[in-house]
Amino acid sequence: MALIKCENVKLSYENKVVLEGLDFEVQSGDYLCIIGENGSGKSTLVKALLSLKSVDGGSITFGDGLKKTEIGYLPQQDGARKDFPASVGEVVLSGRLNKRGLRPFYSSEDKKAARSSMEQLGIWELRKKCFRELSGGQMQRVLLSRALLATSRLILLDEPVSGLDPVVTNEFYKLISELNKNGLTVIMVTHDISASLKYASHVLHLHSEKPFFGTKHDYSKCECCKEFIGGEEKCCH
Amino acid sequence: MLSLIKEMLSYPFLVRTFVVGILVCTCAALLGVSLVLKRYSMIGDGLSHVGFGALAVATALNRAPMAIAMPVVILTAFFLLRMSENGKLKGDSAVAMLSSSALAIGVMVMSFSNGMNIDVYNYMFGSILAVTRNDVIISVLLSLFVIVLYVVFYTKLFAVTFDETFAKATGTKAGLYNMLLALLTAVTIVVGMRLMGSLLISSLVIFPALTSMRLFKSFKAVVISSAVVSIVCFVVGISLSFLFSTPAGATVVCTNLAAYLLFCLLRISPTV
Ligand SMILES: Nc1ncnc2c1ncn2[C@@H]1O[C@H](COP(=O)(O)OP(=O)(O)O)[C@@H](O)[C@H]1O
Ligand SMILES: [Mg+2]
Repeated sequence: MALIKCENVKLSYENKVVLEGLDFEVQSGDYLCIIGENGSGKSTLVKALLSLKSVDGGSITFGDGLKKTEIGYLPQQDGARKDFPASVGEVVLSGRLNKRGLRPFYSSEDKKAARSSMEQLGIWELRKKCFRELSGGQMQRVLLSRALLATSRLILLDEPVSGLDPVVTNEFYKLISELNKNGLTVIMVTHDISASLKYASHVLHLHSEKPFFGTKHDYSKCECCKEFIGGEEKCCH
Repeated sequence: MLSLIKEMLSYPFLVRTFVVGILVCTCAALLGVSLVLKRYSMIGDGLSHVGFGALAVATALNRAPMAIAMPVVILTAFFLLRMSENGKLKGDSAVAMLSSSALAIGVMVMSFSNGMNIDVYNYMFGSILAVTRNDVIISVLLSLFVIVLYVVFYTKLFAVTFDETFAKATGTKAGLYNMLLALLTAVTIVVGMRLMGSLLISSLVIFPALTSMRLFKSFKAVVISSAVVSIVCFVVGISLSFLFSTPAGATVVCTNLAAYLLFCLLRISPTV
């Protein structure tokens, strides 16, 4: 059974339809890239997958016994929390919260997990620093660390590399790819099509007329999508 | 100094004030950090005015003030939370409307029930003398209830304060913890109203958090500093009000203002 199955999904705000007739499936272990222009509804779809937004038609079903507490999420950066006093350690540790249930405080096991995640991402030295004083790249790594602690099975990343320099971006992709090879299912929103084609297994191209969904192999063969890659959009699939 | 402390503690009403005040200040400061950061500080303000209205009605009906005010304020807290979650609470104008209506209704009710020995001033600005033995017991129990729940749910409250969307997305019941925050705030405000008055209690919620955020950069440090600042300001404020016979509630708020300005200075000074 599929990990996530979307059937004829319709998403809208008030009376403005953002997406309609969307069909796709994500299997365990897949690496799905969601691409599309600004405002095509990528973030909206991610929110719907996380049940942060209600579906206005069709259905999204979770299979393989996937629970909400097994999902990690790296939100699109919107410049919020500019004045929030929180240390890096506090932010990362909060990723373990969904493992705690009703139990108060964090156990030493939680702290150990947070430490190894921070070490893996090279932010252990930053743990006492204030989150709001970090650079964009450091912030993304902190939020990724938190997202990874929250999940063992599925992670959703909304434009994780925006604002990162090319070197850090590449490291970021490699890391995600590594995690994917170890069995983590990845759904990533990105504008970086060449990277999608390099690392992803599937591509979902949101498009006002007809969304494309298929393996990256099919996607790279689709003539019209090549033009999107080339910069000129005129898709027909 | 020592003789001043001795003299103050020889008045039973001052001892009661310190006991209740320190506990209420701690509650308000702890919750204040989340309320300020979630942009909910107007809710605290709204609740205190609704509490005033409820107290006035309760007194007019000759009922126990807390028994009426508590459920009314808790329900209002849930209502305001609901409105702000639905995005209907734009620009805080709805809270302002609610506040002033509740205040006006309270004053009207009081003016109609003249002969009942009610002092509007006491309710608005608080009165140390109004704290009775029974009040002390109820207040202490309720404050401890708030502090214990806050500590037990601290990690959850941090998560929903810092990033509610992430908390929700990863399976934490953010709505539930927002309601907990609203409930604890409502209880704190009703308890603190008798002492500080409805006009001043909301400043006990906002000031210590804002003061601590000037200097500290982790959530835990801000929370602890808020509690300490709040208690110190309360003790100093009450002592000053005793020494110079100034109104207690207003003096405490002024001490808080002084602490805020002090922290601002400390931040600017290069040694920190
Ligand atoms: N909260 C909202 N209320 C109303 N419209 C929204 C809201 N969020 C996004 N939209 C609209 O929905 C469309 C899709 O937005 P979004 O999913 O953020 O696009 P993307 O992430 O692909 O850039 C846009 O036209 C945007 O204006
Ligand atoms: Mg987006």
